[in-house]
Amino acid sequence: MSTQAQGVIESRTFVLAQEDIDTDQIIPAQFLTTTEREGLGQFCFYQWRFNPDGSPRQPGALDDYDPQRQQVLVAGHNFGCGSSREHAPWALLDIGFRAVISSQFADIFRNNSLKNGLLPVEVSEEVARFLIEHPDHEVRIDIPATQIHIAELGTYDFPLDRFSAHCITEGIDQLDYLIRHEEDIARHEQRRAG
Amino acid sequence: MAKTLFEKIWDAHVVKPESTADGDGAPAIIYIDLHLVHEVTSPQAFSELERRGLKVRCPERCLVTIDHSTPTLPPDANGERPYVTEQAHQQVETLYRNCEKYGLKLHGWDSPHRGIVHVMGPEMGATQPGMTIVCGDSHTATHGAFGALAFGIGTTEVGHVMATQCLLQRKPNTLGIRVDGELRPGVTAKDVILHIIGEIGVGGGTGSVIEYHGSTIRALDMEGRMTLCNMSIECGARAGMVAPDETTFEYLKGRPMAPQGEDWDRAVEAWKALPTDEGARFDREVVIDAADIQPSVTWGTNPGMVIDIRSAVPQRDDAAAREAFDYMQLRPGHPLAGEHVDVVFIGSCTNSRLSDLRAAASILRDRQIAEGTRVLIVPGSEATKQAAEAEGLHEVFLAAGAEWREAGCSMCIGMNGDIAQEGELVVSTSNRNFKGRQGRGARTVLASPLTAAASAVTGKVTDPREFLTEPMEGAA
Repeated sequence: MSTQAQGVIESRTFVLAQEDIDTDQIIPAQFLTTTEREGLGQFCFYQWRFNPDGSPRQPGALDDYDPQRQQVLVAGHNFGCGSSREHAPWALLDIGFRAVISSQFADIFRNNSLKNGLLPVEVSEEVARFLIEHPDHEVRIDIPATQIHIAELGTYDFPLDRFSAHCITEGIDQLDYLIRHEEDIARHEQRRAG
Repeated sequence: MAKTLFEKIWDAHVVKPESTADGDGAPAIIYIDLHLVHEVTSPQAFSELERRGLKVRCPERCLVTIDHSTPTLPPDANGERPYVTEQAHQQVETLYRNCEKYGLKLHGWDSPHRGIVHVMGPEMGATQPGMTIVCGDSHTATHGAFGALAFGIGTTEVGHVMATQCLLQRKPNTLGIRVDGELRPGVTAKDVILHIIGEIGVGGGTGSVIEYHGSTIRALDMEGRMTLCNMSIECGARAGMVAPDETTFEYLKGRPMAPQGEDWDRAVEAWKALPTDEGARFDREVVIDAADIQPSVTWGTNPGMVIDIRSAVPQRDDAAAREAFDYMQLRPGHPLAGEHVDVVFIGSCTNSRLSDLRAAASILRDRQIAEGTRVLIVPGSEATKQAAEAEGLHEVFLAAGAEWREAGCSMCIGMNGDIAQEGELVVSTSNRNFKGRQGRGARTVLASPLTAAASAVTGKVTDPREFLTEPMEGAA
C-alpha cells in the first residue's frame, strides 16, 4: 500500500482521554488472523464499541465520532503501547483517522504509523490536556512545517524528521529507497564476510 | 572511545550512516543478521513482495515457524487440528504456501523444533551474541539475553527485511539498569522485571535500548535473562540486552545452529569483545537493589501496575487506576493475595522454558490443584515439551490435575481460542495484562511460575514462599 500524499490536515478532533491505550484495545488479537490489511476499521476499538454478541455497546466509545469532520484522534499519554501489530494503524486509517495527537507515542506504533501515512503528532502534556478538555476542536496540521495550529490556543512545533515528513507528503516509498542502496548492502555483506 | 554493548553492535551493522544535516535526512540503514518470521505479521509482507515482483533476499537468514494461531490441543482421529476458526487455519496455510513460494524453510507441524519463535531461536542456537535480530513481534527483545540487538518491527518493515535484509533506523538512546545483590528465596527473574516495570512505568523505557547489568543479572541463567529481556517492551523500550559471558557460551555450545569446531573458538573470541567498555556511559541509568524485590504481581490493566504480592492494592484515585479497579473488580487498599483464581496459565515467550516448568513442578509435585481452578500448562516449544516429558514433569502436572498442551503462544494472546471467560481471574506467567488480552472481560494477574503454581494449589492468589522449603535454584 502506498502512503497517501498529503501536506496539510485541517480537521476537528475526536478525543479518547485514556492514558496508555495499548494496541490490544485499538484492535483485539482475535482479528489478527486476517491475511489482508484492508477493512480493519470495523474492528477498531472493538471491545469499546461492541458487546460480546456483536451488538453495539450503550454507550460505545466511538458513538460521537464523525469520520467526515474528525480525522484527528486526540489520546492520552503513551498511545499505542504493547504489541507491534501494524493492524493498529491500518485499523485507525480505515476508520477515518489521518493523524493522532498525544503527549507520548510508543516507538513501534509511531514507526508503523509513519510507514502508512498515519501522522503521530507529539505535543506537550499541557497542549494534550487542553485538547482532551476541549473535544471536537479545530486543528490545522502543517506537515512540511511540522507545526500544529490549535484554534484558541496557538501554534506549536511537533517532532517529525525531515525524511519522514518528505515520505508522507510526497508519498515516497521507503522500500524503494532501501532497494536503491543495494550496492551498499552488498558491500557491507562482503566486508562482514571477509 | 569507550563503547556500550549496544553501540558496538549498532556500529558493526551500519550499512549507511544516518544522513547529516545537509543530506536527505534519512535514518541509518542497518543490516539485519536474523529475521524471525511467524504467521501473524508476515502475510501482508509477502503480498507486498508479490505485488512488486521481489524475492526474499537472504532466505538463509530467516527462521520461520507457526506459533500464534496454532491449536494447543492435538489433532483428532482424522489428523485434523482443532483451529479456532477457518481464518486461523488459513493464516497458517498461507505461511506454508509463502515459504514454498519464496524458498524459506518452515519449522511447521512436523518439525521437532517448532514452538514460540522466541523460545525456538535460542534453543536452536540461531540467536547469538553480537547479532541484529528482528521479528514482527514486540517480544523479540527476548533474544537480547544473548547480547544481541533484538527488537520488534511492524509488517511493512518485515517486508523491508525480506526484500533488502535491512531496515531504516534512528539510533535509540541507551538506558542502563543495574541490579545488584542476591535475590531473596522465591524471587525470580520474572519478579525482577515486574519490579523494574513497576519502578520506571510502562512508558519509562520509550526511545531507549536497555542494558541490564550488575551482579544480580550476572547470576541469572540464560532462561532467566530471556525472561528479563522479554518484557523490556512492557516499559516501552526498543530492546533489552545482557552482555554475553561464560553462561551465554555454555548455553550455546553444541546447539544445532551455533558455530562448530574452529568457528566456535573464533566466535567466542569475538563475543568476548562485546561487553560494554569500562568508562562507557549510558544516556540514563537506573539502580535497583535486589533485596528490595519480592515476589511481584500486577493488580491492574497494564504491566506497570505492580505490587509486592504481600501488599495491598494501592490507594490511587486517578482515572487510570479507577478504571483498572473497575475492570479488575478490586478495591484500593485491599490485598490481592487471597482473591479467588479461576484459571492459571503457565506458558508464553516469557515463562514457558524448562526451568519455568521445573519451578512450577517443584510446587505442584504430589499436590492437587484446588477445586474450581483450571490450570493450563503450555510448553514453549516441541523441544521443551520433549525435555520436560523426559524428566517426567508432565506426569507431575497431569497428576495434579493440570492440562498439558502442545507448544504455542496459547493464552498469552488467545488467538488460537485458548481464552478465559468474562470476569474470570487468571494468574498468568505471560507478559500483558491489558483489558481483554486473555479473553474479553478476563482479568489477568501477571506472576512468576512459582506464584502461578502456588495459586493453582490454593485456588487463591498466593505468595509462593508458603510452599518453599528450600531456596529455589535457577527458576526464571
